[in-house]
Amino acid sequence: MNLAIFLLALFDGVAYAALVFIVALGLTLIFGVMRILNVAHGSLYAIGAYASVSLTGYALSLGFAPVLAFPLMIVSAVLVGILIGAPLEKFLLRRIYDKSEVLQLLMTFAVFMILEDVQRLVWGTRPYFDSSALQVLGNVTVFGVTYTAYQMILLPLIAVALLLGMRFFLRHTVTGKLITATTEDREAAQSIGVDADKVFLFTFVIGAILAGLGGALASPTTSILPGMGADMIVLSFAVVATAGLGQIEGAALTALMIGLGRSFAVYLYPEISVLVPYLIMVLVLLVRPEGLFGTPGARKI
Amino acid sequence: MKHLFVKRAVAATLAAALPMAALAADKPESLKIGMTAFLTGPASVFGVPARDATEIMVENINAEGGINGVPIDISFIDEGAGAESLTSEYRRMVESGGAEVMLASISSGNCQTIAPLAEDLQVPNLMWDCGTQRIFEENDYKYVFRTQANATPEMLASVIYLLKTKPDFNTIAVVNQDYAWGRDSWDIFSTALKAMKPDVEVVAEFFPKFGSPDFSTEISRLQALNPDVILSTSWGGDLDTFVQQASQRGLLNSSTFVLPLAESSLERLGSALTEGHIVGARGDHYFLHPERRDDADFQAFMKQYEEKTGEVSVYPVFHASQAMAALTTAYEKAIADNGVEWPSEEQLLAALEGLEFQGLGRPVKLREDNQGVEAQLMGTSVQTGDYPFATLENIMIFDGAELTTPVGEISTEWVGSLDAGFVDSVSVDTYEN
Repeated sequence: MNLAIFLLALFDGVAYAALVFIVALGLTLIFGVMRILNVAHGSLYAIGAYASVSLTGYALSLGFAPVLAFPLMIVSAVLVGILIGAPLEKFLLRRIYDKSEVLQLLMTFAVFMILEDVQRLVWGTRPYFDSSALQVLGNVTVFGVTYTAYQMILLPLIAVALLLGMRFFLRHTVTGKLITATTEDREAAQSIGVDADKVFLFTFVIGAILAGLGGALASPTTSILPGMGADMIVLSFAVVATAGLGQIEGAALTALMIGLGRSFAVYLYPEISVLVPYLIMVLVLLVRPEGLFGTPGARKI
Repeated sequence: MKHLFVKRAVAATLAAALPMAALAADKPESLKIGMTAFLTGPASVFGVPARDATEIMVENINAEGGINGVPIDISFIDEGAGAESLTSEYRRMVESGGAEVMLASISSGNCQTIAPLAEDLQVPNLMWDCGTQRIFEENDYKYVFRTQANATPEMLASVIYLLKTKPDFNTIAVVNQDYAWGRDSWDIFSTALKAMKPDVEVVAEFFPKFGSPDFSTEISRLQALNPDVILSTSWGGDLDTFVQQASQRGLLNSSTFVLPLAESSLERLGSALTEGHIVGARGDHYFLHPERRDDADFQAFMKQYEEKTGEVSVYPVFHASQAMAALTTAYEKAIADNGVEWPSEEQLLAALEGLEFQGLGRPVKLREDNQGVEAQLMGTSVQTGDYPFATLENIMIFDGAELTTPVGEISTEWVGSLDAGFVDSVSVDTYEN
């Protein structure tokens, strides 16, 4: 393997990892704060993608410039967070925080199934594709291989910005500190006047927005079709479990490992590329059952 | 195994105990038929158009009085619910739902499951869409007929069209879905290609997982390898994603794509599928079929379908039309041959043997092994501006009989025994567009 091929595999891996990380970030944030594994995260990802494609398609049909696709992605993500995430937490999850993990898992899984059918009702079974956002940014050529600037530059930048932003938010802002305090000890935080309900709602909406944003950012690169949410939830769960549940930096590192592992596999031995994320997960969990960055005893599932 | 044996023994005893089959059946109030299709899941890109088309055709037939005055009553089973639910629904529809004929299925796996089941249940089954060539090569069936071609002629037509239009290429890569169809179709394609053009070098074989949302890494690697030809027998969302991503990154400008199922994605791919790529249609299926587009029945149906669905017809619509044509033609033939009001099952099966019928494409004939002989249409993509998506030019329609594995032979062996002369020996009709 020469240097050029090594670099090519690196670029592919980073672009893939960026997308996986954005979705896994929301999942691990919700788990870290609320101790709940939200299977419906996959649906929020898919709905973010569908919403983004529909809004962009509508805007283009009205004659707006394709560059409008970028703000519309954020709009889609926020809509997913507020219209689906908020009611989900407020009316459903809030009732089951003190129930057993199995029940919580079944509950979010049920929501996932319901939302899968909702997507089919609203958008049908036909695949959608709208790559206007990606075409706006054009291509970059490296070693004779053409990449889209969107995947090679924009996605990794957004992933890094989200990682740094999330760290800053949790450690250096008042709201972030309230979230961290509630995570550490909910009762103690409440006794000194923190509104834990509000903190949970806020965290869940942020997590849902991240899922929707992942979907919206994925939408220009892939066919939007039923079932895409299931694939993503499995993959991001692998990332989150390998990293250690609730570990944000760990999720970034694991997403990168999985992305690179997968792309190098395609170059060296394509037959195992599908297996790579799970091989990495198995190897890590064999050595460190609590995940790369997890602390023993904090595990719930 | 034991269970199956007991079941067969019971069935045999019952059959022996019953009096000889009646010479004719009483005319029923309606002809109940069942059709399996993917209404959910990724393959619903085929199942939903087929269902919509079948509903139109049944309405049309019933509006003209049905078959000898008997209207058709069709019910659908969703293949997307899984094989177990499919077989129990199938069984229920035949045993207590009174279905006289079944149309199954889209998935090759489901065809493999249903063929023996149809024999057990003694219900005539028209295999209307599945691709596997193994059904009649590995088994003999009395109740199972296939109203379309199979993977072998479909892949052979792709190879021959490629060799006719681009005889001088040296390297090829493949990107197929990682499941039975992706693997089997590559087996047939590569065997045929090596037999007819032994100097071709296969530079890469990718089998990304079914439903893969991202082919970026494969595309990077293909750009680095720069093969002359890239084959993909993928379909639905997978094919759309692969061609879109390849198009965005300019791979369509440097390699010729061979896409044997792309006819079903033309409209969705829009401008992404640029000029000069080879498109197949799993038979002679194309909404601008050069031999059929001026016919009144063809035009009328295309118009009805577009009005109902807002989309142009794709190959499952044609496959459904062939199954419906086989069904009506067989009943009419059985009624006429025997001079009865309504045929018995025996009479219907006799009519199906060697039946010739015509759906929306060229006529199809059932062979002695119950395999349908269907013509194959291939073309090259072109963006003319008449439609907001690619249409076909340099269309070739191959005679199905020459491309279908001879009765009693195994496809991979037969295909491997062909040679370079085969390309020029097959009869072909060529149309500019």
